[in-house]
Amino acid sequence: MNVMFRSKWWSFGFRSAIMLYFIVLIVLPIIGIYSQSVSRGFVPFWESISDPLAWKAVLLTIKLALIATVINVLIGTMSGWVLIRYRFPGRRILNSLVDLPFALPTAVTGLMILLLLGPGSLVGELAEKLGFTIVFHQPAIVIAMVFVTFPFVIRAVQPLLEEIDKSEEEAAYTMGATKFRTFFTVIYPSMLPGVISGAMLAFSRALAEFGAVVLVAGNIPGKTLIAAVYIFGEIESDNAQGAAAVSVMLLTLSFIILWTVNLIQARRPGK
Amino acid sequence: MHIEVRNLNKSFGDFHAVQDVSFEIEKGHLIGLLGPSGGGKTSILRMLAGLETPSSGDILFHGKRVNDLPPQERGIGFVFQNYALFKHMTVYENIAFGLKVKKQSKEQIRERVSTLVELTGLKGFEHRYVHQLSGGQRQRVAFARALAPEPQLLLLDEPFAAIDAKIRTELRTWLKEMIERVGITSIFVTHDQDEAIEVADEIMIIGKGKLEQKGTPWEIYKNPQTPFVASFIGESTIVEDIKVLKGFDAALNYEGTKALIRPEYIEIGKPGEIRLQSATVNATVKALHFRGSEWMVELLVDNVKLITYRSLEKEVLQPGEQVSVLVHRAYLFNDNDSWIMENSLKVDPMPIHI
Amino acid sequence: MTIRRTWITLTYIVFTLLLIIPLIEIFTGSWADGWSGFIEGLTRKQSLHALQMTAMIVVVVTAINTVFGVMLALYLVRAEWIGPRLKRLLNSIVDLPFAVSPVIGGLMIVLLLGPNTVIGSFFEGTGFKVVYALPGMILASLFVTFPLMVREVLPVLQEIGAQQEEAASTLGAYSWYTFWKVTWPSIRWGVIYGVVLTVARTLGEFGAVLVVSGNIMNKTQTATTLVYQDVENFNVVEANGIALVLAVFSVGLLLLMEWAKKRKEVH
Repeated sequence: MNVMFRSKWWSFGFRSAIMLYFIVLIVLPIIGIYSQSVSRGFVPFWESISDPLAWKAVLLTIKLALIATVINVLIGTMSGWVLIRYRFPGRRILNSLVDLPFALPTAVTGLMILLLLGPGSLVGELAEKLGFTIVFHQPAIVIAMVFVTFPFVIRAVQPLLEEIDKSEEEAAYTMGATKFRTFFTVIYPSMLPGVISGAMLAFSRALAEFGAVVLVAGNIPGKTLIAAVYIFGEIESDNAQGAAAVSVMLLTLSFIILWTVNLIQARRPGK
Repeated sequence: MHIEVRNLNKSFGDFHAVQDVSFEIEKGHLIGLLGPSGGGKTSILRMLAGLETPSSGDILFHGKRVNDLPPQERGIGFVFQNYALFKHMTVYENIAFGLKVKKQSKEQIRERVSTLVELTGLKGFEHRYVHQLSGGQRQRVAFARALAPEPQLLLLDEPFAAIDAKIRTELRTWLKEMIERVGITSIFVTHDQDEAIEVADEIMIIGKGKLEQKGTPWEIYKNPQTPFVASFIGESTIVEDIKVLKGFDAALNYEGTKALIRPEYIEIGKPGEIRLQSATVNATVKALHFRGSEWMVELLVDNVKLITYRSLEKEVLQPGEQVSVLVHRAYLFNDNDSWIMENSLKVDPMPIHI
Repeated sequence: MTIRRTWITLTYIVFTLLLIIPLIEIFTGSWADGWSGFIEGLTRKQSLHALQMTAMIVVVVTAINTVFGVMLALYLVRAEWIGPRLKRLLNSIVDLPFAVSPVIGGLMIVLLLGPNTVIGSFFEGTGFKVVYALPGMILASLFVTFPLMVREVLPVLQEIGAQQEEAASTLGAYSWYTFWKVTWPSIRWGVIYGVVLTVARTLGEFGAVLVVSGNIMNKTQTATTLVYQDVENFNVVEANGIALVLAVFSVGLLLLMEWAKKRKEVH
């Protein structure tokens, strides 16, 4: 009986500790930032987000993140497909390389892009001759975003491709469907949930990206200043409330995306 | 172990899984909990084991209330439906688990495990892993593992569900023998009536969370107390309009009475074959199905379908043929009551029939 | 077959341009000024200190995140004292840090625990600095890496189900014994994978740490924030040296990830 009593107290203490940790670490900061953003009332909140530099930064981030997401959907779907469906030399190495952007520190990624495409580099010089620059301009931001979010679509599509029953495809062939038709009527629909949730995760990550972008963007207000860098600038200049206001905009957008992804994944048949 | 359950209830949210179940089990008995899937049998078993907490009611082992005892202290053995063997352990380690928990000495453990391995016919498989065993072997391991700490009550959840139909019968006999030899009070859950009838000393029929009837298989078959039990045990067809049956006119006095008729209640013959001609009704053979050792005959009496069996020794019937049908008895029931009634015309061979 | 070949070639091109060339660049770039430049960049006082900081944060964060992550995953899957609705809510809260930009994550901690806040000034008063010091950096990293372990362990726990644990309990084993003898062997590889992910993420964390640390040289500077500072100061070669060290670790972790993933699938 004594043992039981003791173990009950133990487990009660354990539970409380874990739950407290969970709430203090995750929930409290999020509540904190929302309350901070309106800490001086709604007028300053509105002023902060209606500052042209602020909303231009947010809009620019959304625009570039969208471009990066579209690129990732295209190359991600293709790579996911090739890595699952085809057997060729080097397949396994490529498949392992997919996760590299997750493993590589974003600051290193930024530096890498700088070295590869920056002034003085081979590609940089070439682009300059052609009359445009990459680094410190919008293309560099898109490249950084594409690199950082590269694994999402692939990793979301692959399990779905593996699950597809080969006989479904074969059934389509026996009914006279061409390869092209079969892909778009049979295979693509079952890949689609993966593509969508992968794209949304990639988009949300691209919105949030800081490390890789801050080094290559040049951060010119209104032109190459993205939201995360803008927030960082506001923090550096001690405008916590302004930073919080813009953060709240970005956060709300990300939460909606995350929530949608969860909804899509919950709706997946058979799950 | 003597077990008593009083007014046991269990709800999952709005779903009332177990409703006011009470029963007693004598020491050493082998009990089958029989009922359709989702009827609450497993919940009862899990509450006995302490894996689920009752919403209300008492569970008594040896007259002592055990509701608040965790599973660890109830002295039970539990065989799970999918065996739940520890897949990263060998057969030996699986069986030894409960003994190691009890901190028995290595020597004691080795002795007990080898006895059980011997008993369950697993000799030579001690060092295999679970995935290297067949379904039947896994079941034996699960059984040995549950028995190792010498529990006083053995609970088995659908012990044969995951086994091929072919060796299922063999394992049933084996399990019954084994439990008799060990002499342990046991309760097993099943949805298969053959299994319950064959293995159990006593059956408890559970339907929609209620205990419908408790008794030996023969008692339950012979004297079902509710329509649910009657229809669940054995084969049967329900006759909604009992007017078509001859000899059960007395039942017409009760509004809404229906009849449940088992194949074995029915005798059929070509005209003249049955002695009590006056008690028979005419029927048409609708279809014949060969069932290996006998014919299954589908009959139409007016528009009511009946089913019976006919020996292969007798003359073969043809679909469309006219036959005489004698219904020896019927299980009658209405909203208030249920009873078994013998064919009244059969008793009186010369009825005054207008 | 030609379609097939085109797709494979295209994939190779994408991977080469996007992943392989950049990776090679890191390795060759740091040798641009030869061996001595690399060594010099790496053996600067601030480099060594930054690497030390990073190592310390990685160790502490990984340890805390592993313990709490595994426990929370266990509760979210098994606990009966949490209602199903609350469980679903908690489950979705776990993912929130994924949606939070690291800079915002850092900002949150500054807002909550900074020197101007109630809690912050309280700690300051007791002489315990949180923001612009190591505890804040650890907190920021914990926040960012929080979902990784839970998300690895939770599906494994769901998949193995509670039956083996229930079997152990009917055999007389209590929770601690059951956890180590029955649950742990099944979730082991998931946990290891989670550890690798946590290490990788903590090692590379930049935005949150930059905001929380204030990036004070030789004090709160980590490897990644040092790379940033070096680049800002046009010390590209020095930056490269540290970047190389980080990249080597990342590639090593990537290999570990592959290995753990394979083991995870086998068991």
